[in-house]
Amino acid sequence: MEYASNEQKDKYKEFILQFLDKFKAGIGLLAMVIVMSFLSDRFLTLPNMLNIFRQVSIMGIMAVGMTMVILAQGIDLSVGSILALSGAVTAGMMAGDTSMVLSVLIGLAVGTGLGLFNGLMISKAKLPDFIVTLAMMSIARGLVLVYTGGRPISGFDPAFRTIGGGRVGMVPIPVIIFAVILVIGYLVLNKTTFGRYIYAVGGNQQAARLAGINTDSIKIKVYAISGFLSAVSGVILTSRLNSAQPTAGVAYELDVIAMVVLGGTSLVGGKGTIGGTLIGALIIGVLNNSLNLLGVASFYQEVAKGLVILVAVLLDSLQHRD
Amino acid sequence: MKKLVALVVVMSFMLVAGFAGAAEAYDVGLAISTLDNPFFVDLADGAEEAAEELGVNLTVVDAGDDAATQMSSVEDLVIQGMDLIAINPVDGDAIVPAIEEADMMNIPVITVDRGAETDVAVHIASDNVEGGRMAARYMAEMLENQGRVIELEGIPGTSAARERGEGFNEIMDEIEGIEIIARQPADFNRAQGMSVMEDLLEAHENIDAVFAHNDEMALGAIEAIDAAGLTDEIMVVGFDAIGDALTAIEEGTLAATIAQQPHEMGRLTIEMAVQLLDGEEVDEFVPVPLELITQ
Repeated sequence: MEYASNEQKDKYKEFILQFLDKFKAGIGLLAMVIVMSFLSDRFLTLPNMLNIFRQVSIMGIMAVGMTMVILAQGIDLSVGSILALSGAVTAGMMAGDTSMVLSVLIGLAVGTGLGLFNGLMISKAKLPDFIVTLAMMSIARGLVLVYTGGRPISGFDPAFRTIGGGRVGMVPIPVIIFAVILVIGYLVLNKTTFGRYIYAVGGNQQAARLAGINTDSIKIKVYAISGFLSAVSGVILTSRLNSAQPTAGVAYELDVIAMVVLGGTSLVGGKGTIGGTLIGALIIGVLNNSLNLLGVASFYQEVAKGLVILVAVLLDSLQHRD
Repeated sequence: MKKLVALVVVMSFMLVAGFAGAAEAYDVGLAISTLDNPFFVDLADGAEEAAEELGVNLTVVDAGDDAATQMSSVEDLVIQGMDLIAINPVDGDAIVPAIEEADMMNIPVITVDRGAETDVAVHIASDNVEGGRMAARYMAEMLENQGRVIELEGIPGTSAARERGEGFNEIMDEIEGIEIIARQPADFNRAQGMSVMEDLLEAHENIDAVFAHNDEMALGAIEAIDAAGLTDEIMVVGFDAIGDALTAIEEGTLAATIAQQPHEMGRLTIEMAVQLLDGEEVDEFVPVPLELITQ
């Protein structure tokens, strides 16, 4: 009798632990939101919520691409530089009197092309992803400086500002773009063969290849997607600031990877979700916003952000160790 | 173990919350371009000191020289309901949308050191015109109102070049014994300063003094003068008081330089903020005094 009830208890315990495990990022986010709403009466207001969403949308879009890359057991360090180059090219084209639509398309093409190049180097030339994308980070940043001469580019068609600064009703347009990309990312990963292959490649590349999956093609595609989405963010950021900054996106790769990892995607590939990445993005967003709202000195902010990331990864790693 | 995630996050937040203050005085936000640069650290220190004295709640945010970060943090300051926001822009164009958001919420904006490409309540920056005058007065005194002078100009069209030149020439024009024998742009650049000075040394004789719109050009000119063996003949005055210039003053190769006072700039920012919020009349441009540095 007693034995049976113990088993019952274990089952409950197991269930609760699994629940906590699955939703730990969400629980963390919820905890932050609750604590913050007590600490600042400005926090849990609609304008501030929209503000947070708008602030995370630029990096969040990149994090969707990064999620796919990491799921396929890769890493992309070049996202920040690609963002800057795409933004600068778009801005430069517009400043040179090219039409807005064409300029944006060229900017997006540049980003996608660089991502494609990353993918080819990694899959066909069999170079380590870390090195290839690190090299691209430097190449693209250098090209931004060459292209802009190190100076910001500004002065475009006022209509261009709508992309980053406009709203539909109360909702900022970058948030809408982010939402659409999240949905597409979710559908691609869960409802398409390509999506299942991404998980397969990340889970076990050898097995995936033996099963007849063209792993090279999958890898090339995820890097191209990451490049494309970085370019989308680059266009939005350029619009939001109404100028292209040569230093835009420096160190964004760290925050973007943090978003993905905080969202529970495993750095060894094959495990993770887009929903998790959204939570991860919001954790970073709420953290940055809260620290500003609370008036925490900026030097402490860096420390706090690093600690939160470290703790999340540490807990994840402890859990996978046993 | 797993419950710890939530717990740790909450606890780290509570810890962080300990830094937050609360009071009823004016809430002022100060968005600094980068606290990696000692100039802006001094500025922030000056502002904090003045805020303490005047009972202002000051929130300082640092953009790490990233225009996007600065925009987000200014938005956060707007949401936070600051009474006034002072901005030291990373970029004068990119900050415009953030200033417009503050405008929409009727929060007055003060720009500090660097301006923005839009209207703000007050702009606070070093008085470059007065700096130019100070350099001229010092030079005239040392030359005993008698001599042939060369002016090395900054990048044409920049406010620093225009204003420093304006102040310098205003004084020099009135002194009969002093003749400006050449004015050449050397683009605020050391290498350029050297090559322009080399050319001028070929073209002119009996040069008594050189005023450069910044220290980089002055140091370049000193190299050229040294190579020509005229160090003891020609006096050089720079502007900005950069580290290398202070060393050159100690060594005696540079006669003087004009230093900005970032600490004072920070103090004035808060003082002007309080005056503005008290409803007093404040000038659109508030100049920060400069300081002459000699051996």
